[in-house]
Amino acid sequence: MAPAPAPASTPDPAATRAATPAPAPAFDYAPAPESRAVVDIAPSYGLFIDGEFTEAADGKVFKTVSPSTEEVLSEVAEAGEADVDRAVKAARRAFEKWSALPGAERAKYLFRIARIIQERSRELAVLETLDNGKPIRETRDADLPLVAAHFFYYAGWADKLDHAGYGPDPRPLGVAGQVIPWNFPLLMLAWKIAPALATGNTVVLKPAETTPLSALFFADICRRAGLPKGVVNIVTGDGRAGAALTAHPDVNKVAFTGSTAVGKQIARTVAGTRKKLTLELGGKGANIVFDDAPIDQAVEGIVNGIFFNQGQVCCAGSRLLVQESVHDELLDSLKRRLTTLRLGDPLDKNTDIGAINSAEQLARITALADQGEAEGAERWSPVCELPENGYWFAPTLFTNVTQAHTIARDEIFGPVLSVLTFRTPDEAVAKANNTPYGLSAGIWTEKGSRILAVANKLRAGVIWSNTFNKFDPTSPFGGYKESGFGREGGRHGLEAYLDV
Amino acid sequence: MSDARLSVLKTYKLYVGGKFPRSESGRVYEVTDSKQNWLANAPLSSRKDARDAVVAARKAFGGWSGATAYNRGQVLYRIAEMLEGRRDQYLAEVADAEGLSKAKAAAQVDAAIDRWVWYAGWTDKIAQVVGGGNPVAGPFFNLSSPEPTGVVAVLAPQKSSFLGLVSVVAPVVATGNTAVVIASERSPLPALSLGEVLATSDLPGGVVNILSGRTAEIAAPLAAHQDVNAIDLAGADEALAKELEIAAADNLKRVLRPQPVDEADWSATPGTERMTAFLETKTVWHPTGALGASGSSY
Amino acid sequence: MPTTAPAAQGPANGPAHGLADLTASDSTLRRFLHGLPGVDAVGLEARAASLGTRSIKTTAKAYALDLAISMVDLTTLEGADTPGKVRALGAKAVRPDPTDRTAPATAAVCVYPDMVPTAKEAVAGSGVKVASVATAFPAGRASLAVKLADVREAVTAGADEVDMVIDRGAFLAGAYMKVYDEIVAVREACGTSARLKVIFETGELSTYDNIRRASWLGMLAGADFIKTSTGKVAVNATPANTLLMLEAVRDFRAQTGVQVGVKPAGGIRTAKDAIKFLVLVNETAGADWLDNHWFRFGASSLLNDLLMQRQKLATGRYSGPDYVTVD
Repeated sequence: MAPAPAPASTPDPAATRAATPAPAPAFDYAPAPESRAVVDIAPSYGLFIDGEFTEAADGKVFKTVSPSTEEVLSEVAEAGEADVDRAVKAARRAFEKWSALPGAERAKYLFRIARIIQERSRELAVLETLDNGKPIRETRDADLPLVAAHFFYYAGWADKLDHAGYGPDPRPLGVAGQVIPWNFPLLMLAWKIAPALATGNTVVLKPAETTPLSALFFADICRRAGLPKGVVNIVTGDGRAGAALTAHPDVNKVAFTGSTAVGKQIARTVAGTRKKLTLELGGKGANIVFDDAPIDQAVEGIVNGIFFNQGQVCCAGSRLLVQESVHDELLDSLKRRLTTLRLGDPLDKNTDIGAINSAEQLARITALADQGEAEGAERWSPVCELPENGYWFAPTLFTNVTQAHTIARDEIFGPVLSVLTFRTPDEAVAKANNTPYGLSAGIWTEKGSRILAVANKLRAGVIWSNTFNKFDPTSPFGGYKESGFGREGGRHGLEAYLDV
Repeated sequence: MSDARLSVLKTYKLYVGGKFPRSESGRVYEVTDSKQNWLANAPLSSRKDARDAVVAARKAFGGWSGATAYNRGQVLYRIAEMLEGRRDQYLAEVADAEGLSKAKAAAQVDAAIDRWVWYAGWTDKIAQVVGGGNPVAGPFFNLSSPEPTGVVAVLAPQKSSFLGLVSVVAPVVATGNTAVVIASERSPLPALSLGEVLATSDLPGGVVNILSGRTAEIAAPLAAHQDVNAIDLAGADEALAKELEIAAADNLKRVLRPQPVDEADWSATPGTERMTAFLETKTVWHPTGALGASGSSY
Repeated sequence: MPTTAPAAQGPANGPAHGLADLTASDSTLRRFLHGLPGVDAVGLEARAASLGTRSIKTTAKAYALDLAISMVDLTTLEGADTPGKVRALGAKAVRPDPTDRTAPATAAVCVYPDMVPTAKEAVAGSGVKVASVATAFPAGRASLAVKLADVREAVTAGADEVDMVIDRGAFLAGAYMKVYDEIVAVREACGTSARLKVIFETGELSTYDNIRRASWLGMLAGADFIKTSTGKVAVNATPANTLLMLEAVRDFRAQTGVQVGVKPAGGIRTAKDAIKFLVLVNETAGADWLDNHWFRFGASSLLNDLLMQRQKLATGRYSGPDYVTVD
């Protein structure tokens, strides 16, 4: 796929006016790998409980691998129920003092953490790329800046909660049990921990099984920042540890980001308790392109919408709804653009598409894409050489897709775009909303009133007009319908952690 | 009735889609006052009545949520006006239902009327209170605004048959949701009568649908219904609330858990929580380019 | 010199793009230009910035530096230009690095029309082209007759390329046909021997929508190159406006089969910047444009930075201004 093959030769009348130039040699970008030396990964890590790294009670460990090479990066303790209980107890002990601290003091801890993240951002970016498989370009330019910004933002709230619109002196809930996914390991940690601490809660966080490392580095950052013991606890492990955490009777708040299926299970678990619950789940975002769209920017937005982080994004624009009158033109441009995407070593600064996070996820993407083909959709990928080791999937788009196709309904969570058409704005809205999800949507048109009219009718929590996949700590994020409930980010994000 | 005239008794009916149907079940149950004296028969709603009510509520959602906030405020205020005119009827029904003195019943009815007025004033203010611009770090105009969740199933409080009912229904519809309301099981008559006021208050049919019957029986299909977006468990006891919350997880309904019964003081001025519980926050990003660099310098 | 335009390019038959009906009248032209897809400024600039993060190292960098040097239109457009200055510039263009014969020559020298004879002499036999600005550069505020006389003088003196400025006043007033006709007339005055670069002065057109419209207008009128700026205003070439023009030439070729070159000019001073522009070319218009027949840099100080970077790559140590020539 990369570098781009030359376009098919075209008649060149200009050549009659001047000497025919020699054919240009290809502009091959030589490898430009980010140095791995900046990060020092230990051969093994324990659970972070009560300010100390400790082994699991039963001594169990699991390996974490680099998805781009399948190389084992480290061995990590696997938390069981007893460990989760120990972590919750530590958080409970820490809660009384932490919640009683003046907000200004809590703020300073968070500011410290934000600063240390900034200082160590290159190291953390490389670490995240190694453990997750996403390109260094993204961890460096998106994940890490947003992580630091999120801590800065909520640090500032810690001593201003009286002014947040939740009444005077709003109180924290207690111990927050937080379970996060593998697609943005450190960013999702920031989205969970920053508002929880700012409002005076203490935290037990379980990172995803396939991406535990950045959370453990974050534990070290907490120690460097002098954060009191037990305020943040990190328990690594699989779904069982997550289930134990969300079911723990002494947890006051459950926050989960992940699949809708697990989200529903958690909702059943907390039913009948007084635990406050927020869920940020799946999506099947529609990216709607009208015939008067700024086409070149729309193409970039489509690419960014579905190939950012290999499409492993809950708010991905995985359904392209394009007005029939510009379908062919847009698809030509889109395909041409896809041929310039560079897939490969995630540590190479010029890589656009990295590895899929795990063999399991790759199998799911592969199965759904195969099903799309079997159901009659037309599959297309740019010519693309996949590395031998690791988990890879070529950027893929399907045309001739209808609402009835599985690939138009199920969240694929991979670099697979389903292209559907519409004729009128109301048809576009009807199709966009025709899903149990409701997380994100995109609108591309140069007509301002149409943006407002369509945005108003879309049942989704985040809508990008003439842009896509933009995030900011001040901007609330979260879904309608089966995409979950509650908002993360902004003033709204405080509510999830306050007793209001 | 001191004279010889035989009074005309009212047949209480459901209020669904702006109409007053009998229960699809064809069944009724006896409603008594606090001293077990028979007051009237109330329809015993079935799961099919619940289904029909959801269809009506869904059908009404587009128009009601799309109405201007000012218009919704006008309608809610109109409800208060209509209630004021029939104050005595509700006073009697509440006194019978809850075994209250005339003065205490009057206080309940007056508070309920005032509650409609209070929420009428909220319709065009809540967006300003809970929405707003977000100063994102980039060339974007970013605005968060609240939107109604959709169809809300409401289990009205069991004890406070009228003030409690109004206190849970008004905030749901003020923001543009539509509601399927299960009246107090023991004291459904004030709720069923409310339908008569709603029908004459410019409230579009289907915005509020009122069912009477066995709460647990009607609530179960509503909690499991895939086209219901949220559920207010105010009228559920602990065991029922848990059961319904589990069923509600199937399509991730927004769940407002019941307040402990002893703490339920419906006469206190509410906060915004009953509105925000059934609001979604939608955030829209718009690029803001520069005007373009311009000008000659030679 | 009498100009005998080839039939394919003469205004009588319209330029060779097969879109003559678009320019049949003022209203068809206006409708076409205003019907072009809009440009979202934030998205365009974000894309340009994102391509600017490409990391070009080792062999790719060596290739890019030489390619960039070969694309420079080494420019002097000062009131104080003298034959001596132009001769020095010519020598530099022919052999940019006197200490290293493997350094490629630049594409052209770019001068005012009266300096064309001197420039021709200075680069004689080298393959370096002589480009002349014309049409009352830089303001373009003169009658058509004066502008055409300006062009003819340059062409007669042997200019290989003519860099004309469009009438921005007419463009901003919506008189697109006037701008079009003027370009066609200049194209005709260039004859068969000179390639025509059409300068939009993007900083004065101000909006990206205008730049896209001007690009199509210029190409429809027969431009061989579309060029951002004179280098004489506050905002000259930027990654974003060059990216936009690269999209325009790409789309124009897809639609008509006619390839048109792009020349960003003004404000590109470092090798790092130049390489970013080459990445824009590579990933937008494609490798077909990675040749000095299709892409140029209008610059002067850029060349020395390219040479210093080239020396650094060859020797492994940083060079300094004393090791490149000041001309």
